Amino acid sequence: MKNHALRPLFVVIGIIVLILLFRIVYVPKDFGIGERGYMYGWHRHSNEQDWKNFKVKYQGKEYCKDCHSDKYDSINKTPHKIIQCENCHGPAIDHPSDPPKLTIDRSRALCLRCHYPLPYPTSGRANIKSIDPDKHNPGMECVTCHNPHNPMEGLR
Amino acid sequence: MITRRDFLKKSVITAAGVALPLAAFEVLDPKKLMAQEAADTKNGTRWAFVVDTYKCVGCGLCVKACKLENEVPYDTSVTRTWVERYVITKDGKTHADTPKGGRDGFTTSKISLGMSEEAAPKDMMAKPETKPTEKFEDIDPNDITKAFFVPKLCNQCDNPPCVQVCPVGATYQTPDGVVLVDRTWCIGCGYCIMGCPYGVRFFHPVYHTAEKCTFCYHRITKGLKTACVQACPFGARQIGNLKDPNDPVTKIIMTERVSVLKAEYGTKPQVFYIGLDKEVR
Ligand code: HEC
Ligand code: HEC
Ligand code: HEC
Ligand code: HEC
Repeated sequence: MKNHALRPLFVVIGIIVLILLFRIVYVPKDFGIGERGYMYGWHRHSNEQDWKNFKVKYQGKEYCKDCHSDKYDSINKTPHKIIQCENCHGPAIDHPSDPPKLTIDRSRALCLRCHYPLPYPTSGRANIKSIDPDKHNPGMECVTCHNPHNPMEGLR
Repeated sequence: MITRRDFLKKSVITAAGVALPLAAFEVLDPKKLMAQEAADTKNGTRWAFVVDTYKCVGCGLCVKACKLENEVPYDTSVTRTWVERYVITKDGKTHADTPKGGRDGFTTSKISLGMSEEAAPKDMMAKPETKPTEKFEDIDPNDITKAFFVPKLCNQCDNPPCVQVCPVGATYQTPDGVVLVDRTWCIGCGYCIMGCPYGVRFFHPVYHTAEKCTFCYHRITKGLKTACVQACPFGARQIGNLKDPNDPVTKIIMTERVSVLKAEYGTKPQVFYIGLDKEVR
C-alpha cells in the first residue's frame, strides 16, 4: 500500500498511545474493580476511606449525661425521654470545646412538629396528645409554661 | 488494485476487530474469580433498612438531622431523605405532599399543592406581576379514610441502576452494600440522577456532583446508627446487618410482612417497609 494511505493510520495510533499514556498518569493507582465486580464495583478504592473519614456530628443522648445530668435525669422520667437532646439543641459536634454552647430553640414550631393536631387515625401521630395552636395560649412560647425536659411538671 | 476477494477478507477482519471489546484482552484468572465469590460470602456485612410507617408521626426530625449531619445545605430544597404524607379520602383520591421534604414537620392539616403556576408574562422582558405562592388544599377530617407518613431514602439496591449508567466509575457499591459517589471523580453528567427510579439522587449545590444518601457510611462503619435512625424518637427507622441472623432488622425482614418500593424494576431495593400501601409510589 502507498505511504500516503498509511500516514493517517500512524497519526491515529499515535493519538491512541498518547491517550493511554495520559490514562496511566491520570487514573489513580487504586482504581479498579472491587468485590462487587465490573458492573457495580468499578471505582477508586480510597474513596471508601474518604467517606469513612467524614466528621460525625450527632453524638447521641449518652454524650450529654455527665455534664448536663440534671436535664438528662429530668427528661428520662417523662414521655419526652424518647426525644434525642440534639433534636432540639442541634448537633453537638465537639461541644463544649467546639461549639462552646448549643442552640436553644424556644419556638412553638419545634413543639408543634409532634403536638399539632393532625386527624390521622392510621398513623402513630394519633397517640400523641395534641393542642390547637390557635386556641392553646397563642402568641406565647410553649416553654414559658412547659419545661421541655419535664413537660407536665409544675406548669410554669 | 484491490481485488474483490481481498476487500471481503479485510472487511471481515476489520469488523471482527471492531466488535472485539477491550475487556476481552484481559485474561480472566479463574483463581481470582473464585476469590471474588469467596469474598462475597465471607464478608459479614450487608446493610439494610426497615421503615415502619405505622410508627412515623411526621415530625421531620430525621430530615433535619440528616441535613445537618451530612452537610447538605439546610435551606435548599434538596435532601438525602424526606418524609411524604399520604391522605386518602372517601372518594378514593390520594392527596400527597412533602413540604421542604418534611424538614420542619407537618404543622398544618392542609395539603401543599406546590407553588402556584404563574401566568406566563406576554412580554419576555416584563417582570412577573405576582410572586409564586404556595397553594394548599383543605381536607375535611371526616372524609379521611386513612392517612400516614412514609419516610424515603436511598434503597441501596442490590442491582443499582445508577451505578450501571455511570460512565466514569464515580459511583459504586461497597462490599457491604452501600452505593457511594466519589466527588473527586464525578463529572456531573447526571445520568445516575436520571437512572434512579426512586428519585433519591440530586446535584450537591456546593460540590456540583451527584449526591445521595450514604446510609451515613461514616457512622455505620464506626458502630453508630445513621443520623436519621438516631434522631427518630419513635423507632420508625432502623438499620441493621442482613448477614447477621440475630440482628433485629434481619429478624423483622425474615418474620414480618414487609414490602419494597417499585419491586417490578428488578433493582432489589434494601429498604424494607412495614405498612406500605398501594397509593405509595
Ligand atoms: C464535657 C461537658 C459537656 C458535655 C458532654 C455537653 N455539654 Fe452542653 N455545655 C457544657 C458547658 C460547659 C456549657 C456552657 C455553659 C455556659 O456557658 O453557661 C454547655 C452549654 C450547653 C447549652 C447552652 C446552655 C445555655 O445556657 O445557653 C446547651 C443547650 C447544651 N450545652 C446542651 C448539650 C447537649 C444537648 C449535650 C449532649 C449532646 C451537651 N450539652 C453535652 C458542657 C457540656
Ligand atoms: C423537646 C425539645 C428538647 C429536648 C428533647 C431537650 N431540650 Fe434542652 N431545652 C429545650 C428548650 C426549649 C430549652 C429552653 C428552656 C427555657 O428557656 O426554659 C432547653 C434548655 C436546655 C439547656 C439550657 C437551659 C437551662 O435551663 O440551663 C440545657 C443545658 C439543655 N436544654 C440540655 C438538654 C439536654 C442535655 C437534653 C437531653 C437529655 C435536652 N436538653 C433535651 C428543648 C429541649
Ligand atoms: C418528637 C416529638 C415531640 C416534640 C418535638 C415535642 N414533644 Fe411533647 N410529647 C411527645 C410525646 C411522644 C409525648 C408523650 C405522649 C403524650 O402523652 O402525648 C409528649 C408529651 C408532652 C406533654 C405531656 C402530655 C401529657 O399529658 O402527659 C407536653 C405538655 C408536651 N409534650 C409538651 C411539649 C413541648 C412544650 C414541646 C416543645 C418544647 C414538645 N412537647 C415537643 C412528643 C414530642
Ligand atoms: C400559658 C401557659 C401555656 C403555654 C404558653 C402553653 N401551654 Fe400547654 N398547657 C398549659 C396548661 C396549664 C396545660 C394543662 C391544662 C390543659 O390541659 O389545658 C397544658 C396542656 C398541654 C398539653 C397536654 C394536653 C392534654 O390533652 O393533656 C400539651 C400537649 C401542651 N399543653 C402542649 C403545648 C404546646 C405544644 C405549647 C406551645 C405551642 C403550649 N402547650 C403552650 C399551659 C400552657
